[in-house]
Amino acid sequence: MSSRERILGRVRRALADVPKDDTPYERAVARDYLREHGGRTVEETVGLLAENLADYRAAVHRTDPAGLAGVVAGLLAARGASSVLVPPGLDEDWLASTEVTRVMDRAESTPHELDRVDSVVTACAVAVAETGTIVLDGSPDQGRRRITLVPDHHICVVRVPDQVVSSVPQALARLDPARPLTWISGPSATSDIELDRVEGVHGPRTLEVVLVG
Amino acid sequence: MSGTFIGMPAFPVAARDAVRDGTLRGNLRHATHTIRAKRAAAVAEVSDWAELREAGRRIKDHTLRHLDRYLVQLEEAVTAAGGTVHWAADAEEANRIVTRLVKETGESEVVKVKSMATQEIGLNEALEAEGIRAYETDLAELIVQLGEDRPSHILVPAIHRNRGEIREIFAREMSEWGRPAPEGLTDAPAELAEAARLHLREKFLRAKVGVSGANFMVAETGTLVVVESEGNGRMCLTLPETLISVVGIEKIVPAWQDLEVFLQTLPRSSTAERMNPYTSTWTGTTDEDGPRNFHLVLLDNGRTDTLADEVGRQALRCIRCSACLNVCPVYERAGGHAYGSVYPGPIGAILSPQLRGTGSEIDASLPYASSLCGACYEVCPVAIDIPEVLVHLRERVVEGGQVTRAGNKVVLQPAKGHAAERAAMRAARWALTRPGALRTGQRLASRTRRLHPRTLPGPGRAWSGTRDLPPVPAEPFRDWWQRTQGGKGAEK
Ligand code: SF4
Repeated sequence: MSSRERILGRVRRALADVPKDDTPYERAVARDYLREHGGRTVEETVGLLAENLADYRAAVHRTDPAGLAGVVAGLLAARGASSVLVPPGLDEDWLASTEVTRVMDRAESTPHELDRVDSVVTACAVAVAETGTIVLDGSPDQGRRRITLVPDHHICVVRVPDQVVSSVPQALARLDPARPLTWISGPSATSDIELDRVEGVHGPRTLEVVLVG
Repeated sequence: MSGTFIGMPAFPVAARDAVRDGTLRGNLRHATHTIRAKRAAAVAEVSDWAELREAGRRIKDHTLRHLDRYLVQLEEAVTAAGGTVHWAADAEEANRIVTRLVKETGESEVVKVKSMATQEIGLNEALEAEGIRAYETDLAELIVQLGEDRPSHILVPAIHRNRGEIREIFAREMSEWGRPAPEGLTDAPAELAEAARLHLREKFLRAKVGVSGANFMVAETGTLVVVESEGNGRMCLTLPETLISVVGIEKIVPAWQDLEVFLQTLPRSSTAERMNPYTSTWTGTTDEDGPRNFHLVLLDNGRTDTLADEVGRQALRCIRCSACLNVCPVYERAGGHAYGSVYPGPIGAILSPQLRGTGSEIDASLPYASSLCGACYEVCPVAIDIPEVLVHLRERVVEGGQVTRAGNKVVLQPAKGHAAERAAMRAARWALTRPGALRTGQRLASRTRRLHPRTLPGPGRAWSGTRDLPPVPAEPFRDWWQRTQGGKGAEK
């Protein structure tokens, strides 16, 4: 007998007490928890996102579409970045004001090559106001998962208000589980040493979120 | 479970030694109190906590009650998405599968994301025996691994170490394993984290094989979820060519939507954050993004035996948030090592004896590693009634009875050396079925409480030798209830 059959057999014997007509999944869980916490206007939701991002030590910037290229260029310059990773589908206008060397996101790049790049600029799939989270889903304007992981400086552009939702339930409903998702709430952090929070262990130590709207 | 803890003394002995260790107690007290206060604040932020907790309980219960169906569904979904599913009945089989998969890649080292399941089966040791080196990449796990130590907390495995000790370990051991610690390393947490970053980056960038666990698996979509803070998880899940995930069969949720409950309750319960810094989900493999080969090893190792126990099966709802550890007065004083298992604290006291059986002295003693104060149940985000299961297991240790081991029904003999408990259990049952006698007894005890000893005389001595007797309250609960109408009426 294979282990698969053995384990499934054990499960079935273990559940001998469960009646055949047990409540189906659709009725087994009362989903009477909230879809979002509190009532807010659209502008207040964006404000809450900014507040919660900052609370988790992300740097938050706000601008309009016309100002975006300037802001991105300014952030790269302030960082002293000499190279920036660019996902294949990133809006070219976003980098129109900077001379920094572009490194295209390619499957062939080795992790060591990525490690030599200073910054990365991406879009996002959705942002969650209540938790201060941005979610990337690997779309062409966000690139492969590793490009937002290896460089130490990540600039993420969020279109407000259309990419912003209030809550985790609302975010999940917008996301496609078949895609590889990365939820990011602030920069990498650890609390393993006497529970003192230290930003930055393995992921980018600086996360800058630009809210554009 | 892991051989790491074989030969551990039973809980009372281990706990007594731990309690005498002043540094350990200090480190633990600081940590548990800090995190406890933060968690309460994080939970208070969401007004529907009670509903989320109840939904979490029901989702998990429903899944467990139909586990066979969801396992098959998960297997189909993972396979359709390009992954390969393996089934492991016990630790030995799981280790064999993982070792074979690593060897097939031709590699002799792997990077690991912290995972309770791989600790439970002693995977690192099994790999080492086959000449494969496993690098733990979570900062706390690194501290534990370099210190040749054992983890003592689910979430902060090095909670028993303070910064001075960590500096010591890094300075002494890092060169043995790779990049040495920088010259003049101080004990500032930021510097220690930086040393770990440099030390581990070298390994991440060259790693070809990653090994992980998972917090959740979605049956409907075949999606796996890892929740973490540091980014070492993301490194291990995306940089290597081959990813092997070892996951307990109880980690399933039926549908994608179910994550909306746990992604709210888990971070708040564990690190007291609105959301942990990183959550990764992956469904099989994705072209040119992340590992090209994905293997999922579904682990039983005592879980189906636990499932067979109608009272005890609720322990399988656990999402390993560790909230119960941080509120437990026994854990706070004894520390995680005293539990002799990778699952410490209240959850360990009910999970380990079920996964491993109560044959060994340490496992037979675990159901007693509690004051039954109920704080663990209060904080548990999936409402596991830990005190109920503790009492149930105590009865099993003392009375014996029918249990399932490795899929077979066996009759357990009462544990040796528990004569005193057996007598106490019998007395308790006698009293609990006779409310009148209980009332009289309690009143009597209240009135004479000043005369009560801290240890029991006669045959009770062995029992109270390892416990302090609880002080008897000034007024029996029943009397208080009647007098105040259950606390509703004004205290008269
Ligand atoms: S038993 Fe409950 S509180 Fe304890 S770790 Fe598991 S889920 Fe968390």
